[in-house]
Amino acid sequence: MSDKTTPSNNSFLNDAGNRALIFQIVLLVMVVFAGYYLFSNLQSNLDNRGISTGFSFFNEPAGFPILIHLIEYTEANTYGRAFFVALINTFVISLLGIILATIIGVIMGLARLSKNWLVARLATVYIETLRNIPLLLQMFFWYFAVLAALPAPRNSYEFADFLLNKRGIYSPNPIAQDGFGLVIFGFVLSIVASIGLIIWAKKRQTRTGLWFPAYWSSLGVIVGVTFLFLAVSGFPIEFDLPQKSRFNVTGGMVLPPEFVAVLVALSTYTGAFIAEIVRAGILSVNWGQTEAARSLGLRDNLTQRLIVLPQALRVIIPPLTSQYLNLAKNSSLGAAIAYPELVAVVMGTTLNQTGQAIETIGLCMLVYGSLSLSISVFMNWYNSKMSLIER
Amino acid sequence: MKSNVCKLLSTAAIAATISTGAAAATLDDVKSKGFIQCGVSNGVPGFSNADDKGNWSGIDVDACRAVASAIFGDDQKVKFTPLSAKERFTALQSGEIDILARNTTWTYTRDASLGLDFTAVNFYDGQGFMVRKDLGVTSALDLDGATVCTEQGTTTELNMADFFRKNKLSYVPVVVQKADEALSAYDQGRCDVYTTDKSGLAAHRTKLANPSAHLILPETISKEPLGPVVRHGDNQWKDIVTWSMFVQVNAEEMNISSKNVAKVKSETNDPGIKRLLGVEGDMGAQLGLPADWAYNIIANVGNYGEVFERNVGPSTPVDLPRGLNALWTEAGGIMYAPPVR
Repeated sequence: MSDKTTPSNNSFLNDAGNRALIFQIVLLVMVVFAGYYLFSNLQSNLDNRGISTGFSFFNEPAGFPILIHLIEYTEANTYGRAFFVALINTFVISLLGIILATIIGVIMGLARLSKNWLVARLATVYIETLRNIPLLLQMFFWYFAVLAALPAPRNSYEFADFLLNKRGIYSPNPIAQDGFGLVIFGFVLSIVASIGLIIWAKKRQTRTGLWFPAYWSSLGVIVGVTFLFLAVSGFPIEFDLPQKSRFNVTGGMVLPPEFVAVLVALSTYTGAFIAEIVRAGILSVNWGQTEAARSLGLRDNLTQRLIVLPQALRVIIPPLTSQYLNLAKNSSLGAAIAYPELVAVVMGTTLNQTGQAIETIGLCMLVYGSLSLSISVFMNWYNSKMSLIER
Repeated sequence: MKSNVCKLLSTAAIAATISTGAAAATLDDVKSKGFIQCGVSNGVPGFSNADDKGNWSGIDVDACRAVASAIFGDDQKVKFTPLSAKERFTALQSGEIDILARNTTWTYTRDASLGLDFTAVNFYDGQGFMVRKDLGVTSALDLDGATVCTEQGTTTELNMADFFRKNKLSYVPVVVQKADEALSAYDQGRCDVYTTDKSGLAAHRTKLANPSAHLILPETISKEPLGPVVRHGDNQWKDIVTWSMFVQVNAEEMNISSKNVAKVKSETNDPGIKRLLGVEGDMGAQLGLPADWAYNIIANVGNYGEVFERNVGPSTPVDLPRGLNALWTEAGGIMYAPPVR
């Protein structure tokens, strides 16, 4: 702004920039004050009612058992450790759910677009049924229907050393013996070699245009080299086999029905939504792109992989992110069918035993908030990586 | 996730309401609004259960009706709030309800750290185990390696863990959010054992597909004294709830029931009974209650024995023996109340 256009009586308050600043400061003060007021009110009310506060209970022994724990946990461990056990269970089910739902969604989305009438109709039925039934109901269905269909432990279905009954799927548990370090060394070595192979193949293709099946070869290298090291070190693995006992099956590894039911319910439900997103994404790519690719002589699967999918992804990723967020949050429904995730362990048992409602609920909100935000941040990064780079 | 929403709301309510001080006079609040807000369960037969017309009945329901009779002379001046095990304490802390009568076990942590006070014991219970008869188990000590189903949000998880640890038995815990689903998981064969308070086992067994195929094991692994709870700090209100229970026990001891209380009141020469029923003196005034408060409790709700028989006794589907809950003058009974004088 030049001096000529500025009115001479321009006071401090008449300046748009200053005014905006003042309003923001006033708003900030109001928000901080409201927050402080609510917090101090909460504090004094809790004091008046004689309710103890704080996170000191985290160091006390929890005393309760947890069905599924991927880290060592017994009743003698603390509430803090129980929290981490639950946190890991939530992470695991969310991560596996997201991977499975994506696979199911892509397959079903493509199937619904298939020229094969039966395949397309079956996919339609799957999508429309699962999208329109509440998730909690589906969880109960998977849990109780599966339980009803399976036999009692003493009449387990047996395949080789695997057992299947109402208590879960039991498999042999591999236990590493002396010399297993050598096998791990071989495995790491083969991964390094594979990465090298992929980089070499890419460079060669850029230089000469010649194509090399790097991914399949890498898989072969990893399996082959690891097996070679296994054989050289004399197969240093022993298996702990599951065995029927009086009540249950002892030994081996077990996949409990609660875990399976939650995973199946989450991934098939979210998969139905993802299928529609994938279909929409593929349909959004102009047919001319496919025709252009064909006229360049690209085969059908290369056309899909190199031309259609990358463009479809730009449409798919943003709504896909919100499906991932939904799945992570929906994992909390697992509490209803005894899957020990965060809501069950922290907002259920811990809250009940300690009575610390504000701390435990606050903690759960924080965890779900950060879990969702990290998924969001990752997907936004992926989205910007995949987005159209304009030159 | 309704329960979580409720909890958040009540938490927000604690945060937002302006403090009315620790010694809030609940009696004055109750008198001015004209009824008692009573927190009960979502449906435990014999303790607090609503019929198809929405009429509540049960031992815990009668605890609230007794207090309403003492204050208003009318046992219908009660409104009920069904609460899950997880929601119950927050509902009481935040002032949403005046009394929590929800088969709640009196424990040290609950009494000491939740800002709550237990008033009296209206049912002596203990945790037990239920198994299928065809397992051939006769004692809880045979349960090594068993899978155990239970409901979340109660004292049972901790008791179960303590029992198995103490006896060095291994077990697989399956903890389901709601009692009904925990029970159907057991019924479907997910678990060998279902555990909760023995009164609950008896009530739940009636809901199973084939009740006679199941056996309640003899061991009682914990003490579960159940009773009404109030907020800490309002001593007058606590005393009213406590003595409403004690009056019922005293009445049974004196052989005064809802059927004969009118006759006893007009005919008795016993000065103790005259004081209790408000014929002589004004005992009620000491608690801010009308003189005939105890008379109204007995006339409307009955004595403790009547309450027990009507709700959980052998003539009901729950079919529990008096056991520990018999008067202290009977064999095996420990139900005892200080005298009203």
